[in-house]
Amino acid sequence: MTAVEATATVPKGDPGLLLQVEGVDKSFPGVKALEGMRFDLRHGEVLGLVGENGAGKSTLMKLLTGIYTKETGDFHLDGEPLTASTPKEAQEVGLSIIHQELNLVPHLTVAENIWLGREPVSGGFFTKPGEQVRRTRELLDRLGMHIDAKAVVSTLSVAQQQMVEIAKALSFESTKVLIMDEPTAALNDAEVAQLHELIRRFVTPQTGVVYISHRMAELKRIADRITVIRDGHYIDTMNMADVSIEDVIAKMVGRAINTGARPENVRSDRPIVLQVSGLSTRALLKDVSFELRRGEVLGFAGLMGAGRTEVARAVVGADPITAGDIVLNGNRVTISSPAQAAARGIGYLSEDRKGLGLMLGQPVSHNIVISSLSSQFSRVGFLRDGAIKEASESSKKLLNIKTPSVNQLVKYLSGGNQQKAIIARWLVKDCDILIFDEPTRGIDVGAKEEIYQLLNKLAEQGKSIIMISSELPEILRMSHRIVVMADGRVKGVLTAAEADQESIMRLATHRDDAITPEHTEEAEH
Amino acid sequence: MSTQTTSPEVAPVKKAGAWRARLDQLMALIGLLVIFIVFSIADPQVFPTYSTITRILFSTVVVGVLALGATLVIITGGIDLSVGTGMTLCAVMGATFIVNWHLPIWLGILMTIVFGGLIGLVNGANVAILGLPPFIATLAMMMVAQGLALVVSHAAPIYFDTTAHASFMGLSTGSIIPGSNFPNAVLVLLVAAVIAHVLLNKTLLGRYDISIGSNEEATKLSGINTRKWTMIIYAVAGLFTGLGGIMISARLGSAQPATGSGYELQAIAAVVIGGTSLSGGKGTIVGTIIGALIISVINNGLQILSMPQEWQNVILGLVILVVVFIDQLRTRRAATN
Repeated sequence: MTAVEATATVPKGDPGLLLQVEGVDKSFPGVKALEGMRFDLRHGEVLGLVGENGAGKSTLMKLLTGIYTKETGDFHLDGEPLTASTPKEAQEVGLSIIHQELNLVPHLTVAENIWLGREPVSGGFFTKPGEQVRRTRELLDRLGMHIDAKAVVSTLSVAQQQMVEIAKALSFESTKVLIMDEPTAALNDAEVAQLHELIRRFVTPQTGVVYISHRMAELKRIADRITVIRDGHYIDTMNMADVSIEDVIAKMVGRAINTGARPENVRSDRPIVLQVSGLSTRALLKDVSFELRRGEVLGFAGLMGAGRTEVARAVVGADPITAGDIVLNGNRVTISSPAQAAARGIGYLSEDRKGLGLMLGQPVSHNIVISSLSSQFSRVGFLRDGAIKEASESSKKLLNIKTPSVNQLVKYLSGGNQQKAIIARWLVKDCDILIFDEPTRGIDVGAKEEIYQLLNKLAEQGKSIIMISSELPEILRMSHRIVVMADGRVKGVLTAAEADQESIMRLATHRDDAITPEHTEEAEH
Repeated sequence: MSTQTTSPEVAPVKKAGAWRARLDQLMALIGLLVIFIVFSIADPQVFPTYSTITRILFSTVVVGVLALGATLVIITGGIDLSVGTGMTLCAVMGATFIVNWHLPIWLGILMTIVFGGLIGLVNGANVAILGLPPFIATLAMMMVAQGLALVVSHAAPIYFDTTAHASFMGLSTGSIIPGSNFPNAVLVLLVAAVIAHVLLNKTLLGRYDISIGSNEEATKLSGINTRKWTMIIYAVAGLFTGLGGIMISARLGSAQPATGSGYELQAIAAVVIGGTSLSGGKGTIVGTIIGALIISVINNGLQILSMPQEWQNVILGLVILVVVFIDQLRTRRAATN
């Protein structure tokens, strides 16, 4: 579709709606991210927007601000077509987004960040820092934020940075619609209350807020209506006062797909191969404990930022831990680097396949044998090219890696085949414990099925598997037991029999209300 | 998931593997030949003769040896600015061992090469353990080595004895090929290049080198001790710096403590012209040697054409720009395919 056609057919929107999204489609190679997506925001309301990880919320936000280009569909702001092609353009017409990841420049001050790109200048060139600070103080006072305008952003707490981000969005006089993506992920309860106060003050009969969150209790407090999306589709919009949290969760996960097969044999009689207790890290994890049995698939469920990947990285020594014991086959061990983890037979497959998994510019064979070069494929430091070739070829056959040759650069393989190459890496290494972090992310359905079968086969053979996944159907289908995490803690462990999407989501969205986590700890001691 | 479109898993057949690397070398080789032919046409009397070619090869040796080590470092995604003055410090140390301490020549040579390895090891430790950016770590070493060379030599050249140390100087200017005047230095470069080639292609060191340069974090998560190997790679690169120190003092018959800076840039230029990517993960020894030869041919050719030294540098600079730009164009095209 060309731009000319698009502008020629844009109809007027409903002026009674503040923001109107209709019939939006967007696909990425192999995946349909959004299909017929729609929602609307009324004047003077807070609209909750919920959906599981991967439901399409972020894609929708990126379309609204022009970071992505939509294939079909219309956006209207106060009845006028919205055609921003950059976030700045969107802000100028009145649409501001506060992303989950903060977009502040850490080495600049609060004032410099807020006015970045719009600095007050004299003579078209010289900045006026005094004027900038004065305006910032006015703004912060108006918003009731107690933050120093001259403070360097990197010295602020995450919560304060979040506040600066909000102040920045509200510094645009024209802002009519404020979209917040998981704004409270890093905030404690007092800060959440302060944020909600800000939101209530911002909302006037001319403005509105789209509040994206997984935290049901918060939505219940702040939102007027709630829109549920799932798998790139619009599901429903309800008045918040009329629905229960259970209703919303049921709509989010969808009953239709809740029919997957479950693993059969319970593994509770098998020996424990890995026992982790009291694992904590500086940044996030608090007192994480779990055990993994031989031949078991242990699922790790939770929302983004819950700490699942951090657990994996801490276990293999990729990140330092501040407390915690790891007992491997009955022996207490210290693992301070992935090299030590690999030597002890623990392999970690990162969620970030391209960034942290593959050597993209190298051949498939290199990516398969890299972990075992010193132990199996070299003699006094010299490579055994024949053995490397042989092992790569047999891995290719065993895992059905589709590539014309093992000498092909791995970057030319499809996502599923790349993933198989990394799995092959740890099979060649003959690891007993495999940690799969989002093993099927970005992989098409056919290859997913193959990877599930492969995981099942490995578990049958006695390998122990930790599978971190954001796709609940996948977790349910594969896992003998499921560890549910939130806020860096284990919120519960469910057996395959107990677990369903609702029970997992309830644990994953649970928040310790009333008191902050720090206080809880003190109260216990 | 029912709505998700199932795209058939088709592995795209792109013949872009090993032979692209070979093509890169071929391009450099063609470039070398073209430049050579241009000079031959410009001065057919002098240029395409045995003595000129020998001279070009001979003048490639020092930069070539340094570039071998630099290749190993650059493939990790790092850079080594200390090879020039590091070489000078090694030359001074070598002369100290042999001339001042009267050590046997073979032992002096060995100790000098090991000393070069120590310089590299310090660089590697600064990069891998202290986490300094390679540019800064080796910039500091460049200055330290420059200063130490002057300190150790008391800022005066150390001369080898033309009779007692004849065999030392023979390493460069002598000829072991009977009945010819083909300089040994070129053979030393050849042997060093073969060793570097084997290291890069046939050993764990080379494989980890490429892997670290390709994706250091992924290599680390694959269970490789990337810190240890980064240090080893810098140390091995330092051995070539040590050899460079031997070769330059053998050629000059003395250790000149005030020289050496500028060689690191020529070495890096040779590596880059040879198709090694400054972002790491990709590079060849054959390419580096061709790159060093290109620099030599240009320098010698322009000298023969009586081009002033200043203009030689200008032209060399332009050649680097063009070569790297073409390489980037190719990479970009490959990325968008």
